[in-house]
Amino acid sequence: MIETIQSLWAAVPEPVQIPVLIVVKILVIVLPLMGAVAYLTFAERKIIGYIQVRIGPNRVGPRGWLQPIADAVKLLTKEIVLPANASRFLFLIAPVLAIGPALAAWAVVPFDEGLLLADIDAALLYVLALTSLAVYGIIIAGWASNSKYALLGAMRSAAQMVAYEIAMGFALVGVLMVGDSLNLREIVLRQAGSPLHWFVWPLLPLFVVYFVSGVAETNRAPFDVAEGESEIVAGFHVEYSGIAFGVFFLAEYANMILISTLASLMFLGGWLSPFEGWAPESWFAVPVLGTLLASGIHWLLAKTAFFLFCFLWFRATFPRYRYDQIMRLGWKVFLPLTIVWLFVEGLAQYFRIGPWFA
Amino acid sequence: MALTFQQFLFYAFAAVLVGAALGVITARNPVHSVLYLVLAFFTSAALWLLMEAEFLALTLVLVYVGAVMVLFLFVVMMLDIDLAALRAGFTRYLPLGLVVAALIVWEMASVLGPARFGPGRVAAPAPHGAGYSNTKALGETLYTQHLYAFEVAALILLVAIVAAIALTLRRRPDTRRQDPARQVRVRRRDRVRLVRMAPERRPAPAASEPGGRTGTEEA
Amino acid sequence: MLENYLPILLFLAIGAAFGVLPLMAGFVLGPRRPDPEKLSPYECGFEAFEDARMKFDVRYYLVAILFIIFDLEIAFLFPWAVVLDRIGTAGLVAMGIFLAILVVGFVYEWKKGALEWE
Repeated sequence: MIETIQSLWAAVPEPVQIPVLIVVKILVIVLPLMGAVAYLTFAERKIIGYIQVRIGPNRVGPRGWLQPIADAVKLLTKEIVLPANASRFLFLIAPVLAIGPALAAWAVVPFDEGLLLADIDAALLYVLALTSLAVYGIIIAGWASNSKYALLGAMRSAAQMVAYEIAMGFALVGVLMVGDSLNLREIVLRQAGSPLHWFVWPLLPLFVVYFVSGVAETNRAPFDVAEGESEIVAGFHVEYSGIAFGVFFLAEYANMILISTLASLMFLGGWLSPFEGWAPESWFAVPVLGTLLASGIHWLLAKTAFFLFCFLWFRATFPRYRYDQIMRLGWKVFLPLTIVWLFVEGLAQYFRIGPWFA
Repeated sequence: MALTFQQFLFYAFAAVLVGAALGVITARNPVHSVLYLVLAFFTSAALWLLMEAEFLALTLVLVYVGAVMVLFLFVVMMLDIDLAALRAGFTRYLPLGLVVAALIVWEMASVLGPARFGPGRVAAPAPHGAGYSNTKALGETLYTQHLYAFEVAALILLVAIVAAIALTLRRRPDTRRQDPARQVRVRRRDRVRLVRMAPERRPAPAASEPGGRTGTEEA
Repeated sequence: MLENYLPILLFLAIGAAFGVLPLMAGFVLGPRRPDPEKLSPYECGFEAFEDARMKFDVRYYLVAILFIIFDLEIAFLFPWAVVLDRIGTAGLVAMGIFLAILVVGFVYEWKKGALEWE
């Protein structure tokens, strides 16, 4: 069986082999990501349920485990309503514009030492450029719907994303200063040594700014005024139904996972194990436990899962911010904070203070 | 002549770019025009990438597509542009427009024509190895050799900030606003005053006192 | 260097496909029974009046312009941050002046009230 496949593969001409191989690799990234998105929605409903002393979905399949699949089937078989006054082409292209960049940003994310798709030098710049495209899906959706609530939601969310992107960009500059590279793999490798070498310690304020901006960028609670169901029903996607809405949903959750993964890579040492550097060698020699304690992709997944849990936890805990307060936080608190910290970091780097700037 | 894959990509992107640029000026819906312009910037970035100008290509996407075009979209979407009024003068201005366009084409051709420009005149940049970092190369020259231009850029940005505020900042007198800092700073004694007063006895219904509550109601 | 961008090109295409394919599946699998009430824009219980595409407060444009300026600043900071170690004092001072000029602009914005959202 395997030999037949191998011989078939060898018969394929090389110019075809390369793209086919790349497409397979891309699917290896995207399909689990889609699964993660599906079960993140399930986790969200369960976790928030338990936080509010409810049970959450438990009807479909054992303990509700098939709920996301039922949701997907339901969304796929619902009618896609095209509002009469909408601009049809723009209305349909908007979800594509939302999910395209949200997925394509994953091309440069390293999952382990040698496990990454595109090892480009300017990876972080690429991620920032692609996340800045997310705003198009929202603005175009809001405008194309030709509905007041949709337009209000789109404008709110565009101004908000724009404000927090600045803070996020400055926080990334701080990471670059200590990381000395735009390449995410090199940034992670620079944090090797022990958990003390992780960038979260020297960059603590920037880490907080980055993660909170990430929550605001993805329009999640408590910054979800763009959807704010109690004020403007559902914001920019109020006119979307069926899977057209589902695609926006996928994009939002894919972005959440992306933000969490990037936060783990840049600040918490990515796939590096927290036991590295201080645990005795003998611990790593234990058969199964040793592999678990050593660095590897499972640590990246665990850290990402932690951040995702924070996303849900925030949603269950904080009341929604008022819009003027959101803008105030972005422009008047985060922006000055990051600029000051860049000055501090520049000086620390110049005088080579501490273990991180040496 | 067989095309290499890179050449094929170049021609493909170039064709998309020209098509998108045509779309910008021919689309009837201004929002479609802006989206064509976004596509044009995106394909230009791809062309720059083919020349290995990695940092510039990604910055083009970040700044132009991610920021400048968002502003364009805001403006185009939210201003009610009366297209009929704009089209009315089209034939009248057409001759002048054509003359200006011809002039621009002539100027550009004289500078960018084959006499001064082209593969024969400018050597192709050597392809770089795996460890090459375009961003680092740029950083090493920008802040040392081109320091003056760099600081001038800061001044230009400062002027842009001032100009943007001068042009668009309108205080609306009718908006009500809250200042959270002031709200937090309020103390009880600023708002509440406890007054000690003697208990008041309800007056008899028949007797109407001047200045009393019942008196004013009757007046 | 360029060979590393081929996966990105393909990834962009696949990312778009993950938007287009579900939509097509939705049109194929879902019913299609339009009626005027269903297709009218959402309102709170009454008939939609006037065009939804209204003029917006100029404040939104100001935010967008300021965003462009700060985005450019970030673009200037990126190459600097990566080569900080190599360009030494001169680089640090150069960026110090650059940021100082822009902090002047930021203070101006703040004092003028351009960052207030009323």
